[in-house]
Amino acid sequence: MAQTRKSQLVDPLIDNNPITLQVLGICSALAVTSSLSVAFVMAIAVTLVTGFSSLFISMLRNQIPSSIRIIVQMVIIASLVILVDQVLKAYAYEISKTLSVFVGLIITNCIVMGRAEAFAMSNPPVASFIDGVGNGLGYGVILMTVGVIRELFGSGSLFGITILETVNNGGWYVPNGLLLLPPSAFFVIGLLIWAIRTWKPKQVEEREYKIQTVEAH
Amino acid sequence: MEGLISLAVKAIFVENLALSFFLGMCTFIAVSKKISTAMGLGISVMIVQAITVPANNLILTYLLAPGALAWAGFPDVDLTFLGLISYIGVIAALVQILEMVLDKYFPPLYNALGVFLPLITVNCAILGGSLFMVERAYDFPEALTYGVSSGFGWALAITAMAGVREKLKYSDIPDGLQGLGITFITAGLMALAFMSFSGVNL
Repeated sequence: MAQTRKSQLVDPLIDNNPITLQVLGICSALAVTSSLSVAFVMAIAVTLVTGFSSLFISMLRNQIPSSIRIIVQMVIIASLVILVDQVLKAYAYEISKTLSVFVGLIITNCIVMGRAEAFAMSNPPVASFIDGVGNGLGYGVILMTVGVIRELFGSGSLFGITILETVNNGGWYVPNGLLLLPPSAFFVIGLLIWAIRTWKPKQVEEREYKIQTVEAH
Repeated sequence: MEGLISLAVKAIFVENLALSFFLGMCTFIAVSKKISTAMGLGISVMIVQAITVPANNLILTYLLAPGALAWAGFPDVDLTFLGLISYIGVIAALVQILEMVLDKYFPPLYNALGVFLPLITVNCAILGGSLFMVERAYDFPEALTYGVSSGFGWALAITAMAGVREKLKYSDIPDGLQGLGITFITAGLMALAFMSFSGVNL
């Protein structure tokens, strides 16, 4: 059992990553990765919401009538997100301003909904909680990686601390402005998926059309 | 009136929900393999967006905003913290009602859009539209314009994306980049193209 618990937590990090393999939760995330501290807060918020919503939904799973389960899940998730939103507004007002609507959008983040539907509805509370946290962390890992790449090469700093001295401040590094713009998040994630799939060829998708090689005579 | 037109153009091109705010990305990536399905989904998103954004605007103005309950005799009540849960409730309910109305009165349209409607409840573009409406404090006509045009912008983006992907499946792409990877990069290039609209000032 200990082994499965561990694999539940670790699997979603790379092997079964919600973003790069299951294509869940890319919606609200990418716009928040241009600076690392914001990405960090977002990752924590999503991990907490996914974990606890899975826990509560799993505890209630035998009481929820299946015809209205989506609404019930929505209400549980929305309440948790309101909680996170209020806490952020109280203790990290600046960051909650930068995140603007994206905290609210955790509600429609497919990871939360997807794990509730696919795992928590049919598994006991503790396992669901671990599964939720694992998937939240898998999301966080991608978010942080993209955040590191974008902030380091886009503005030469990490968590707002200068690492590469930029030309404007008398240093040597010419920052790549493209990385601070929204489209770069797509490129970084696309390339990240390429890297992961080269490392783990099992994840490569089938081609719809094969290229035929014709032997020369 | 001029303000509304420039708001609409801005919502469709410059601040496109899909390509500059990454909203509705899950469905944007998952349902953009064929032009016909992409268009069906795009149109349903547009319809739902055009109804929910103004509806949520009314709820905010008459129920949730600080002092909004003055008509009911509670001038000091501030219910804005209930915002998220009410908006998602309104969206879920409206999608359900729309589904029933279409089923009863427009069966061909229902058959065409049927599968996409439940998906729309969890589409971030819809909730995102309502949240942007709240954050930017639009009044009712502005909310109506924003709803229609942001929905149209999303539909435009997903249809264009599907067009690109229909051609793309015949190309020889490196194994690891196949499928999801190249789709992301294509979306990035499209986002770059849409950014060129940002110089447009109305």
